[in-house]
Amino acid sequence: MTTYDEFEPVIGLEVHAEMQTQSKMFCSCPVLDATTAQANTAVCPVCAGMPGVLPVVNQRAVDYAIRVALALGCTIAPTSIFARKNYFYPDLPKGYQISQYEEPLAQHGLLPIITSEGEGVIRVRRVHLEEDTGKLTHVTGEGGSYSLVDLNRAGVPLLEIVSEPDMHTIEAVRAYAEGLRAILRYLGVNSGDMEKGVIRFEANISLRPRGSQTLGTRVEIKNLNSFRALERSVAYQIERQAETLRRGETVALETVGWNEAEGVTFIQRSKEEAHDYRYFPEPDLPPLVVDEAWVEKARALLPELPQAILRRFQQQYQLSAYDAGLLTAERDLAVYFEAVLAAAPGVSPKQAANWVLGDLFALMNSLGRDISSPPLSPDALAGLLQALSAGQINNSTAKTVLTEMAASGKSARQIIDERGLTQISDASFVSDLVQRVLAENAGEVERYRAGKESLGQWFFGQVMRQAQGKANPQVVREELQRQLDTLK
Amino acid sequence: MTKLSLAEVEHIAQLARLELTAEEKARYSEQLSAILEHAARLQELDTSDIPPTSSVLPTRSVLRPDVARPGLTPDELLSNAPRAEQNQFRVPPILE
Repeated sequence: MTTYDEFEPVIGLEVHAEMQTQSKMFCSCPVLDATTAQANTAVCPVCAGMPGVLPVVNQRAVDYAIRVALALGCTIAPTSIFARKNYFYPDLPKGYQISQYEEPLAQHGLLPIITSEGEGVIRVRRVHLEEDTGKLTHVTGEGGSYSLVDLNRAGVPLLEIVSEPDMHTIEAVRAYAEGLRAILRYLGVNSGDMEKGVIRFEANISLRPRGSQTLGTRVEIKNLNSFRALERSVAYQIERQAETLRRGETVALETVGWNEAEGVTFIQRSKEEAHDYRYFPEPDLPPLVVDEAWVEKARALLPELPQAILRRFQQQYQLSAYDAGLLTAERDLAVYFEAVLAAAPGVSPKQAANWVLGDLFALMNSLGRDISSPPLSPDALAGLLQALSAGQINNSTAKTVLTEMAASGKSARQIIDERGLTQISDASFVSDLVQRVLAENAGEVERYRAGKESLGQWFFGQVMRQAQGKANPQVVREELQRQLDTLK
Repeated sequence: MTKLSLAEVEHIAQLARLELTAEEKARYSEQLSAILEHAARLQELDTSDIPPTSSVLPTRSVLRPDVARPGLTPDELLSNAPRAEQNQFRVPPILE
């Protein structure tokens, strides 16, 4: 009996996403790329927590948050309240984080997911605005052990998206997390660069006997920075809790961290000593008022969202959920794919999808490029696919042409013409070729007639070789079969 | 309103990262209790017809356009820091 037969995991996710604004949440300091910026080069008296300063809300950050909330189908609160979350930690120089607590910006959303169990829906409890914290680096050196504080990230607009505990499998957790990332990227709110730490997850997990409706004691895993860490840590916790319950023990309410190297969670603090945040309404900020006009303006500007495009791709182009999922993972890719189709009327969407996801991706990988700066335009790829589907070149020639197109910038037509790659479909030429091959290999023909039919494939190879790979394989196959049949 | 217990005072001191002597704890227990009692007088008002509010300001958002401006230089920022290293604040070790 597996863990999943015995227990049902109940999993909820908190997602923290930095927003790609120009300036910080409550001051005008620039938002810098954390991986390249020099320490403490985007800090002012406000985000450094100097006395006497006042925060002012960044309008675009609110606008971005509204976009995300609407994309998730949330209800936007006409008035929401910023709150002080008090705790002492050097990544937060004010001694508190400005967040939203009792009255968040938005509530009651939904995110549809697709897993191997079919379509599902994860409820979103709330979406609220807050500020990110600074970065601490722990140093152990000759002078002992200490920490260094870089406040570039302190005050960067942060969106917290909290799900209901509606996920019951690791696959659902991944689908939800990826779905959310795709929405953030489509909306232009977040780059989705996980390795830069712009999206972080917290998972809370409990187990209950299958069939039970009561909730077990939950464990919260903090600070997960990748899908892999999310999946592995959740899987680890499920197994660990299952073992605890099987032994007849109870799971302790605790907060844990994830050790990626060792693949284990470790206790950060038990809930009894958890921070007492003493939330109260932020006295330095008035309530945030978002009127109907603002919401409607944001709604009108929402692009077609990944889930909607995915469905449309399946219906309009008859693509599999898998292909459609890959093609809509990034907005640039979905746009590229549709541009190829638009420029290549005769080409089947399935064939175009195969080329984009297969050969184009392989080419981009080898060149270290991505779909935001593709090595060839959708029109150029469309030209190649048209030559292919018209039978002017065969599949293997097309692959060669693709590589050369990227290298030279020439069109498929130019390369095919210059190098004489046009595939030969001319019936009489192919017929002559087949006749010659059969005449030159009388011995093999005898053995074929005697019943060694596998030689058919060998003859085919000989004909293709004579044609230097340029003969249309379909025409060759048919002609070869026709001539062999007459010999029988 | 009952008096704040010693344990409550110790908890608050811990949250505020304050180290208090036994004498201070006793004194603050008195003082904090008196402050709470004073504030608790507000409970005597009948507020049944008044909606809860978290602000007395008119309900109008005060927002700024998303325009970045340079802040302090690292030298300015760190000029009051007791210790600094590599353009960063140096603080006692923080281990969660």
